[in-house]
Amino acid sequence: MSSHTLSVLVENKPGVLARVSGLFSRRGFNIESLAVGPTENPDVSRMTIVVSVEEFPLEQVTKQLNKLVNVIKIVELEPAVSIQRELLLVKVRADATVRSQVLETVQLFRAKVVDVSPEAVTVEATGNTDKLNALLRMLEPYGLREIVQSGMVALGRGARSITATSVR
Amino acid sequence: MTSATRRARGEDPGQSGDKSAKPGQGKQAAQRPVPAPPSGAPVRVTGAQSLVRSLEEVGAEVVFGIPGGTILPAYDPLLDSTRVRHVLVRHEQGAGHAATGYAQATGKVGVCMATSGPGATNLVTPLADAHMDSVPVVAITGQQSRALIGTDAFQEADICGITMPVTKHNFLVTEARDIPRAVAEAFHIASTGRPGPVVVDIPKDVLQEATSFSWPPELDLPGYRPTTRPHGKQVREAARLLAKSSRPVLYVGGGVIKSGADAELRNLAELTGVPVVTTLMARGAFPDSHPSHLGMPGMHGSVAAVASMQRADLMIALGTRFDDRVTGQLDSFAPSATVVHADIDPAEISKNRHADVPIVGDAKEIIIELIDAVKEQHTQQGPVGDYTAWWEYLNDARGTFPLGYEWPSDGTLSPQYVIERIGALVGPEAVYAAGVGQHQMWAAQFIGYERPRSWINSGGLGTMGFAVPAAMGAKFGVPDKQVWAIDGDGCFQMTNQELATCAIEDAPIKVAVINNGNLGMVRQWQHLFYDERYSNTDLGTQKHNIPDFPMLAEALGCAGLRAENKEQVDAVIKQAMEINDRPVVIDFVVGKDAQVWPMVAAGTGNDEIMAARDIRPLFDSDDVAPPVEESEMIDEANRGRQ
Repeated sequence: MSSHTLSVLVENKPGVLARVSGLFSRRGFNIESLAVGPTENPDVSRMTIVVSVEEFPLEQVTKQLNKLVNVIKIVELEPAVSIQRELLLVKVRADATVRSQVLETVQLFRAKVVDVSPEAVTVEATGNTDKLNALLRMLEPYGLREIVQSGMVALGRGARSITATSVR
Repeated sequence: MTSATRRARGEDPGQSGDKSAKPGQGKQAAQRPVPAPPSGAPVRVTGAQSLVRSLEEVGAEVVFGIPGGTILPAYDPLLDSTRVRHVLVRHEQGAGHAATGYAQATGKVGVCMATSGPGATNLVTPLADAHMDSVPVVAITGQQSRALIGTDAFQEADICGITMPVTKHNFLVTEARDIPRAVAEAFHIASTGRPGPVVVDIPKDVLQEATSFSWPPELDLPGYRPTTRPHGKQVREAARLLAKSSRPVLYVGGGVIKSGADAELRNLAELTGVPVVTTLMARGAFPDSHPSHLGMPGMHGSVAAVASMQRADLMIALGTRFDDRVTGQLDSFAPSATVVHADIDPAEISKNRHADVPIVGDAKEIIIELIDAVKEQHTQQGPVGDYTAWWEYLNDARGTFPLGYEWPSDGTLSPQYVIERIGALVGPEAVYAAGVGQHQMWAAQFIGYERPRSWINSGGLGTMGFAVPAAMGAKFGVPDKQVWAIDGDGCFQMTNQELATCAIEDAPIKVAVINNGNLGMVRQWQHLFYDERYSNTDLGTQKHNIPDFPMLAEALGCAGLRAENKEQVDAVIKQAMEINDRPVVIDFVVGKDAQVWPMVAAGTGNDEIMAARDIRPLFDSDDVAPPVEESEMIDEANRGRQ
C-alpha cells in the first residue's frame, strides 16, 4: 500500500462532497485525508484527497472519479514536485514548571502558541505529516489534552497551474 | 401504506406547500390556453408548465408514472399536453422498468415519473437495474417543498442521496428557472457516452413557482466530456494483432447494440472471418443464424462460445465489461488471449482483465475505423489471418456440444421446448422480454435473435419481475411489433399488476409464464450445491394451483390460456398470436426438474464448463483442444501482463 495525493477540481455545487466520498466508500477505496476549499474561481472547489492504494486501483480511483459529472479535473501530485501541508492545533499541559521547555520545543518546530492559560498552551503548527508527528512525539511527555488536525492540502511547485487549462 | 392512501394523504391541504399553491394555480388556469410561442422566446409559466414544455421539447413521447402529493403540480399541465402521453401504471417499479423496456426497444430515452418519498424509493430498483445495464432512463420525482426539506416532512426522502450510487447522475432542482436546463442536461447525460439513468428531483414549491421558459437552454456540464472518437493508433494496433493471430474471437457486448453498430459488426465479422460471441446483453447484435456466430458466452453460454474465449490467442472485446458471469474465475479466463478492449467507458478498461490494447470510444466509430484498418492491411499485404484450424476446432466443439435439452423423464412438459416453439412460431421480428432465472437463460439460448433490440432483459442487476413491465414499455415504444414476455411463475407474481395497465392503456402484450411451481434457478442451485435440500423454493403454484394464472389474467382484463402437454403448445401460442384486442397470459405448466445447461459453476473457471452434469468438455479431455502453436502472440500476451 502506498499513499497518493490527488488534487480534484469539482463544480462548487451542493452534494459534490457526498458524491466523492460515497464513491470512495462503495468501491472500497481508503481515504487517508480529505480537504475541500474554494479556488480562485467561485464556481470551482478543490479537493485534496490522500488515498492509500496499490498502483493498479489508483487508476480505477481516478477513472471512477472522472466519471462523476461534477468532477472537472484530477491531477496526482507527487511529493517531490509539490508542497504538501497540514494544519495542527494541539492543547498541551504546561504549568509554570514545564512551560519554558514546551515553548522551546514549539520554537524548534517553528510552530506558535495561539492560546495560553495557567495550566495549558495551545500550539499551532503547519507542515507535512512527518514534521507534525515529530512535534507531537516531542510534546507528548507533557500531556496532550486535545488534538485537531486538518486534511492535507497540496500545490504543485513552479509557475504552472492545474486550474488554468481546463476551467473556463 | 398503500398508494391509494398515500395519494389521498398527499393532497392534505394542511401542508405549507399547498398554501402557496393557490395563487400559482390561478395563474396556471389563466395561462393554459396560450399557444406555444416559437421556441427561444421566453414565456411566463409555472415550474410545472416549464417541466412539461421541457419534456415536450426534449422529445419525450411517453411518460410512465403515478401522481402523488408533491408531483401533483406537474400532472396538471400534463393533462393538456398533446405531445407527451402519460401512462398511469400500478406501481412505480412498473414505471421504471417500463421506461427501461421502452428505451431498450427504441434506443430513445425512457421516462418515468413519481411522487416524493415512497413513490421515489419504489423507483430505486429500476434505476439500479438501468444503471447496471447502461440504459438511458430519466426519472422525474416530486420532492417536498424547499422549506420542508430536511425536516422529515410527510413523504420526504432524500432521493438524490439514495440514488447516488445507482444512477449516472442526479439533480435536485432548487429554482424554477433551472428546470429546462436540468431536464435538457438529464436527457443529454442519460443518452450520451455510456448511457444510464438520471434522476431530476423537483420540490413541489419549485413546480408551483412562476418562472419564464425558453428553449433550448444552455447546458453547463464542464466535467462531462465523453470520448467517442477512438485513438487511431490503437485501432491500427488492433488490426495488426488481428492479422498476426491464429485464434481470434470477437467478444461482443451490449454497447454494440447501444451504439447501433450491428451492421458494422457484421461487416467486420464477414470481412475478417473471425468468430463472434454475443453476451446476454448483446443477444441480437449479431444474427444467431450467421455461421460465424458461436452463441452466448458465460455461465450458461454455449460450449463453443466459452471454448472460443478460453482458447483464443486474441480477444477483441467490443462494448462489454468482462462481467464475472462471462469470465468465471478471472485468473483462469482466456489464459492465452491478448486483449483488445474497446469501450466508451474508460473505467471499464482494465478493471477486471488487463487490456493489452485499450481503445476508448463509441463502438460504432471503433468498428468503422477497425474495418478501414483491416482493409488497408488487405491492400498492402493481401489477405491476412488464416483461421482454418481455429474454425475446425470451433466447429467440432459446436457439433459435439450443441445447445440442447432432454425431455423430462417424468413426462412433464419441457420448458425449453415451450420457449423454443415460441421463438419458432413468433419469429425474429417480435420483441422478447424476460424476467430473471431459468426461463431467462432458456429464452437467451433457445430463441433465435436476428436483429438488435429484439431481446430485453435484466442482465447486470438480475431483477426478478422485470419482464411484464419491460414488455409493456417496449410495446409503447414499438406498438406495431409483437411483444412477448417470457416470464417465470416466481417473477410473474412480483409485477403482474401492470397487466391491468396493459389492458386499460391498450398495450396487448403476450406473457408466457413458464410455470414450474418453483423458484427454478434457486432450486437448480439447491439441487447441485445444497444436497437437493429445497429450502423455500416451492411456490405452491402447481401444488395448490395458487394463483390460477388464467383466472388471474382474466381478472386483470387479459385473455388467460393454459398448456399442460406438448400437443397443446403450438396451438396455444397460435391462439395467443390471434388475440390482439387485449393482453394474453399463457400458463405453461412445465416440469420442475429441468435445468439450465451448459453451466460454469459460480467461483470456478470457464475451463470447467459442464455441457451437462459432470460432463466437462474443456477440462477433461485434451483432444478437443486446438493445436497450440507457440506463436509470437502468446509470448507477447504474456509479456504484456508481466
